[in-house]
Amino acid sequence: MGPSPVVLVLFCVALLLATALLSVAGGRRPGFHQTTYGLSLSATGLALLIAVQQLAFGTASALTLPLGLPWIGAHFRIDHLAAFFLVIVNLGGAAASLYGLGYGRHEPAPHRVLPFFAAFLAGMNLVVLADDAFSFLLSWEFMSLTSWALVVSHHRDPANLRAGFVYLVMASLGTLALLLGFGLLAGPGGAFAFSSIRQAAHDPAIAALVLGLVLIGAGSKAGLVPLHVWLPLAHPAAPSHVSALMSGVMTKVAVYGFIRVAFDLVGAPSWWAGMLVLVLGGVTAVLGVLYALMQHDLKRLLAYHTVENIGIIFIGLGLSMAFEANGMGWAAALALTAALFHVFNHSLFKSLLFFGAGAVLTATGERDMERLGGLIHRMPMTGFAFLVGCVAISALPPLNGFVSEWLTFQAILQSPQLPQWGLKIIVPAVGALLALSAALAAACFVKAYGVTFLGRPRTDKAAGAVEVDRFSLAAMFVFAGLCLAAGLFPGVVIDALSPVNLDLLGAHMPAQSGLPWLSLVPIAEGRSSYNGALVFVFVAVSAGLAVWAIHRFASRAVRRAPAWDCGFPDPDPATQYTAGSFAQPIRRVYGTLVFRARETVDMPPPGATRPAKFAVSIRDLVWDYLYAPIAIGVGFASDRLNHLQFLTIRRYLSLVFLALVGLLLVLAIWP
Amino acid sequence: MAVILDLFVQAAQMAVVLLLAPLLTGIVRKTKARLLRRRGPSIFQPYRDLLRLLRKDVVLAESASWLFRAAPYVIFATTWVAAALVPTFATGLIFSWTADLIALIALLASARFALTLAGMDVGTSFGGIGSSREVMIASLAEPAMLLVVFTLALVAGSTQLSTIAAYLASTGVGLRVSLGMALIALIMVAIAENGRVPVDNPATHLELTMVHEAMVLEYSGRHLAMIEFAASLKLLLYVSLIGCLFLPWGLAAAEAGPAAYATAFAVYLGKLVLGAVLLSFFETAIAKMRVFRVPQFLGAALMLGFLATLLLFVSRSL
Repeated sequence: MGPSPVVLVLFCVALLLATALLSVAGGRRPGFHQTTYGLSLSATGLALLIAVQQLAFGTASALTLPLGLPWIGAHFRIDHLAAFFLVIVNLGGAAASLYGLGYGRHEPAPHRVLPFFAAFLAGMNLVVLADDAFSFLLSWEFMSLTSWALVVSHHRDPANLRAGFVYLVMASLGTLALLLGFGLLAGPGGAFAFSSIRQAAHDPAIAALVLGLVLIGAGSKAGLVPLHVWLPLAHPAAPSHVSALMSGVMTKVAVYGFIRVAFDLVGAPSWWAGMLVLVLGGVTAVLGVLYALMQHDLKRLLAYHTVENIGIIFIGLGLSMAFEANGMGWAAALALTAALFHVFNHSLFKSLLFFGAGAVLTATGERDMERLGGLIHRMPMTGFAFLVGCVAISALPPLNGFVSEWLTFQAILQSPQLPQWGLKIIVPAVGALLALSAALAAACFVKAYGVTFLGRPRTDKAAGAVEVDRFSLAAMFVFAGLCLAAGLFPGVVIDALSPVNLDLLGAHMPAQSGLPWLSLVPIAEGRSSYNGALVFVFVAVSAGLAVWAIHRFASRAVRRAPAWDCGFPDPDPATQYTAGSFAQPIRRVYGTLVFRARETVDMPPPGATRPAKFAVSIRDLVWDYLYAPIAIGVGFASDRLNHLQFLTIRRYLSLVFLALVGLLLVLAIWP
Repeated sequence: MAVILDLFVQAAQMAVVLLLAPLLTGIVRKTKARLLRRRGPSIFQPYRDLLRLLRKDVVLAESASWLFRAAPYVIFATTWVAAALVPTFATGLIFSWTADLIALIALLASARFALTLAGMDVGTSFGGIGSSREVMIASLAEPAMLLVVFTLALVAGSTQLSTIAAYLASTGVGLRVSLGMALIALIMVAIAENGRVPVDNPATHLELTMVHEAMVLEYSGRHLAMIEFAASLKLLLYVSLIGCLFLPWGLAAAEAGPAAYATAFAVYLGKLVLGAVLLSFFETAIAKMRVFRVPQFLGAALMLGFLATLLLFVSRSL
């Protein structure tokens, strides 16, 4: 009988923290990144093994350490939900460390990245491990601050500083909301341990308030619209493997926070809470992908696309809450499985895509797609892995992204049985939004891949790119392989998720392993089924058959010639479609409404020699109507309050006196 | 024995869609030509065109990558698999459970993903224009199609195509508002997805109006044959789909005898000819619309699909 799993994972966390300290000491030394990333890789790898074992076979394992507040101590616990998210965190962490082994070589200021990288990994692990509100909030804040330090690691770029500032403000807002939420949950007695919060009966009004606060707290970290504004600024600003961690993993830790509170701590959800989450999820999904389509910075496009995927995850969570509130446990389990499956999938392909963007950045020094192109010739391996990520994230069979969206659609189709009219109207609308976002996602990644990797190189840098190192490639190919495996054999993932569902909802999806042909049957055979492996085999066999027959019996000759281009080929690569022109039809159709997109054409009169001009303006309405007024209000208020700094001592004393009287009055009147 | 028969029916289905697809295209072209008072080529001309293309060399642009060469086969294979999963003359296909209607649409989306990427690969302006318009059209057509699927799934209680077809063929369904809306939406989507007039013109070579043709401009030889074949298969798929969902009569049940299969096959041929003739009449009677009118056309399909779904959420009997 060895040490319990929670002790082992805490040991890994300690190892990560020690790595962070070590990197503070040695971070400036050349080649030190290998030590840091090597140690992080082993620590997260070990934690990953324990978490997988714990998810598959384990029972809850807990530990209390005499740290933190003296009368509480620090509680840590791994149940199935925590084990699942530990898998996500440490899988992403291990791959990012592997990637860093190669990518870290190009880092100009490693001492600004290495210590925080290991500490960031430790922080995310601690959030998931925490079993009382105090350690949870402390770890949450630790995670936010270390990631903030990584965002501003290239601090000479003013855009990064601004990103860091916005991130810091939004993170503080989120933590404040969580702090208030946990305060309400703990009650006046200060029962901060999750076990006592879970047992206490919560007043419905308090529960509603807590849910709203957690939506702000966890939602702002995850990137729910309208709290998403920091995300597309901050995620791309960090080094690429950290972007992968922030987008692929940290947003999932936020989802964990939401699930922990909404499904575990507050007790049974109410249907309107499910509806609220559903609406937020649907709006987030469509807006996220539309924002992404308007971008031409590769990393920012990926960051905006994270917003879309968070929306899809929250659609699943909202459906699950709505079903659970109406006692439809099996449907709630289906929706929650869909959401958690998408959590897993998104952590895979978003990390993969950010690794790919990092490889492009290393090879060319460019993030702007308008200055790239043709990279598939120069970087064939990266090009292939990135393509797998694009297909997976566009929810196309037979890869994994399709399976989780398919499960979400199946859950939506169970919802006419819900009794509430609000849900009856909202759910089909959210279904339509989900379908719209899926189609737009494919458009978005045709654009990202087509402009970056296909076509002809638009600059000399793109033309002179070279393939990246083998560590980076290994990290990308591991995740590409996992995307394929999870798409072909989704039953394994679904069965692994069933103890999580059983813990949270008391129900789970029917077991998928042991079904004939390994197909996927979420409810019953006659209702719906999907078999990724067989679809893949059919497509591969048909394609193989076509290739064989044609090359054997018809023709196999190939001649190379200049492009035809309808008879007017132009050797200048500037004549290709750009990211902006590719998105133009979609910008016209959707952007006119959503972004107030306006096109102005300045056409000189006949005979004039000045060039014609074309300009596009896009407004971010969330920023214009929500954040800009708040910023103006804060500025106005601080201007007014500024007077308070220059009062005489007499006035200060009278202010103190008045405040005291006021408080005493409140106490006297308070019932 | 039953398994062997099932496998035989599935294999026959795969062969049937492959063999009939060019014929359907040929019938459409011939009828259109007759309606325009032209003689028109023989209905077997598409077969000859495909064979001719298959025998020719491929002329590959210098900037084309491996993706450009792989895409035609991917497009062909995914479309073929999708078409083979739609019941043409018999329900109860042995592999119909591998992909339900949602997965079928996603398979077609995979084909489109490959085609739009191939359009971007050579790096010409026409390829880009085609791809960018195609994804704009798809961004509306695909959700509309999914909402049609929602409607059907809510009526039949299943997303399995065989189950839906069998349920709709049973007498208990009757006329429903939601199914009527779904039919109109499905027809609009089918027109857009297959690049027919008024959304796109399969016969055009006027650059500024092209969508599908612009994407495949750089293709030649066997690659072009694969893409043309896939386009024919897709048209056949949509005609079969509308036929088996909204004219479900005459489908042979699972494990019916050879005589039943023969009758069902004849009925299926009749449905195909009917579909082709109706399509030709429609295309001849209407003018192509501007590209930026297409969103309004497809937006109407989307709204119809949404209304149909909403009606079923409100009441199961509408």
